[in-house]
Amino acid sequence: MSILVVMEVVMEQSRLTWHRMSWEALAAGQELGRQMDLPVAAVVLGQGIAALAAELSAKKLDKVYAIEHDLLAGYTADGYTAALAGLAAQVNPTLVLFPHTYQVRDFAPKLATRLGKVLISDVVRVRLEEGGLVMVRQLFQGKLNADYRASGAGPHFASIQAGAYRAEMVEAGSAQVETVTPVLEAAAIRVKVGAPFRESQRAVDLTAAELIVSVGRGIKEKDNIALVEELARVMGAELAASRPICDNGWLPMERQVGSSGQTVSPKVYLAIGISGAIQHLVGMKGSKAVVAINKDANAPIFEVADYGIVGDLFEVVPALIEEVKKAKGL
Amino acid sequence: MKILVAIKQVPSRDSQLRLDTSGRWIDEADLASEINEPDAYALEEALQIKEKHGGEVVALCAGPARASQTIREALAKGADRAIHIENDDLGRYDLLGVARLLAKAAAGETPDLILTGLQSDDLGYGQTGVVMAELLGLPAATIIMQVEKTDAGIRVKRELEDGWFQHMDIPLPAVLTIQSGINKLRYATLMGIKKAKTKEVKRLTSVDLGIDAVPNVSLDRVYLPQRAKQTTFIPGSAREQAAKLAEILKFEVRVL
Ligand SMILES: Cc1cc2nc3c(=O)[nH]c(=O)nc-3n(C[C@H](O)[C@H](O)[C@H](O)COP(=O)(O)OP(=O)(O)OC[C@H]3O[C@@H](n4cnc5c(N)ncnc54)[C@H](O)[C@@H]3O)c2cc1C
Ligand SMILES: Nc1ncnc2c1ncn2[C@@H]1O[C@H](COP(=O)(O)O)[C@@H](O)[C@H]1O
Repeated sequence: MSILVVMEVVMEQSRLTWHRMSWEALAAGQELGRQMDLPVAAVVLGQGIAALAAELSAKKLDKVYAIEHDLLAGYTADGYTAALAGLAAQVNPTLVLFPHTYQVRDFAPKLATRLGKVLISDVVRVRLEEGGLVMVRQLFQGKLNADYRASGAGPHFASIQAGAYRAEMVEAGSAQVETVTPVLEAAAIRVKVGAPFRESQRAVDLTAAELIVSVGRGIKEKDNIALVEELARVMGAELAASRPICDNGWLPMERQVGSSGQTVSPKVYLAIGISGAIQHLVGMKGSKAVVAINKDANAPIFEVADYGIVGDLFEVVPALIEEVKKAKGL
Repeated sequence: MKILVAIKQVPSRDSQLRLDTSGRWIDEADLASEINEPDAYALEEALQIKEKHGGEVVALCAGPARASQTIREALAKGADRAIHIENDDLGRYDLLGVARLLAKAAAGETPDLILTGLQSDDLGYGQTGVVMAELLGLPAATIIMQVEKTDAGIRVKRELEDGWFQHMDIPLPAVLTIQSGINKLRYATLMGIKKAKTKEVKRLTSVDLGIDAVPNVSLDRVYLPQRAKQTTFIPGSAREQAAKLAEILKFEVRVL
């Protein structure tokens, strides 16, 4: 009976460090540990992770598991699944939490399946209710919320959405490190993984922009992009976009904002015809002010907007171009 | 190469969603539907691999009778045949249950490659392909942006966070979850639409597949999220809204 939080390690400038979302998952674990009155342990996997495990041992935890193995030097779904399935069999946790990262998407469903369980993915809140755990997650790209209930004996598995819990809430303390040597065979790892790389240098650096006009699929057609281009021009703003606009080739990839694009924090982010899926929000919610123009009053983008206009962008944007010109004396 | 593509029918993106009387799902009557977006890219990728290396593309869909529309569109675009796991009440199955249905039907085909979308637009689990792979004992890779045939199997380009990528070599058979934008989608031709009518659609039920719904996770309640943010909504006509916004940008946020 315990809660396990699986921490993600990333390589940055040839140094191992934490994926920032790991701390959010750990905060969720500590909060639930208090509510459920269960011990909380953190897990870190890899090779040469002693320093990371030591860092975890200064948190309020009952235990830190450091799973060390040469075959875990680089991430593979096969290696991680085998190692964590072994640990789960050993400690039999009630609940296993992960940050909902791309890596976790890649192996956590496999791990849960191997144990005959279902991972509840991309959870924004976990509540303790009579009769069990209720996990809240979003449906329809954030338009609706849903309560999921995990019934039966554990372990239950959940991955925590970016920003759902706060990393600063992680409590300090002290914990013992237990080094675990998993049973792994090279032959069980079926894939060969190459080193991470970036495509050619980005010609556009949106991270430095003070003003961003960003366009989404509400723009409907490639030819209409000119409209927002004109708005960006008169405002003196950089033009950015949601993923589908770049997928369609209407704007180059380097103008994409979101989890697979750039992360921006301008003074003003003007989102036009963008619904506000979480993968977009993570790239822009650090903006000082967010303005959203959307015809759907329930669009999730308004959840992060300081100013909202519910309306048809094809009416609002042309009017806005005129008003901006006036305000600037153009 | 024999390629199986899992395609799901979902409510159209622009749908106005209303909750149904049970409070556990949306009212689907009168909703238009379409193919799940990444699945369209998965289908296109399968068609392109077949065009290069030969073989067969089989579309696989679990859903109610009306999903046959989406299946027909896949056939019109060039899939050779389809398998429809027909079920009007898939909501009784949890994620693992649906993946079991799909995996069982897939196993009967012994494909070289299984492609799924990386995530469904309605349930958004982002898991079905990976779960199918585990059920079938196959290797998997997710968020794929490129697929190339090699002597030993395939080489894929996987999307990582923040604009990073990574190559992976995977032996076949394997499962890939395909990211939107991996290729350029084609339209169905008139000829394709005509030919689709003659292509085989094999219908299977959960009874045929021998898989019952025994969920270990249940969806209890669906509701509108509560707004936490205090958004200042600007009322009025488009012209009034625009004028007010320009004023805010100039005098409150001071960026003009
Ligand atoms: C692993 C992964 C990574 C991803 N990475 C990214 C990423 O980096 N960046 C990103 O943006 N997305 C990313 N996505 C995709 C993301 O989930 C959404 O699908 C995408 O952001 C939706 O783009 P959109 O809001 O432009 O389109 P839609 O969701 O189609 O929204 C269009 C909006 O326009 C509004 N609209 C329509 N017509 C009008 C009109 N006339 N006037 C005003 N409003 C109108 C609609 O109400 C709707 O809200 C990723 C997804 C996954 C699974
Ligand atoms: N009912 C279904 N029928 C066919 N394919 C499905 C179904 N459900 C999920 N999938 C596939 O699995 C992918 C991921 O779905 P999900 O795990 O729900 O996000 C989708 O993009 C589809 O390719």
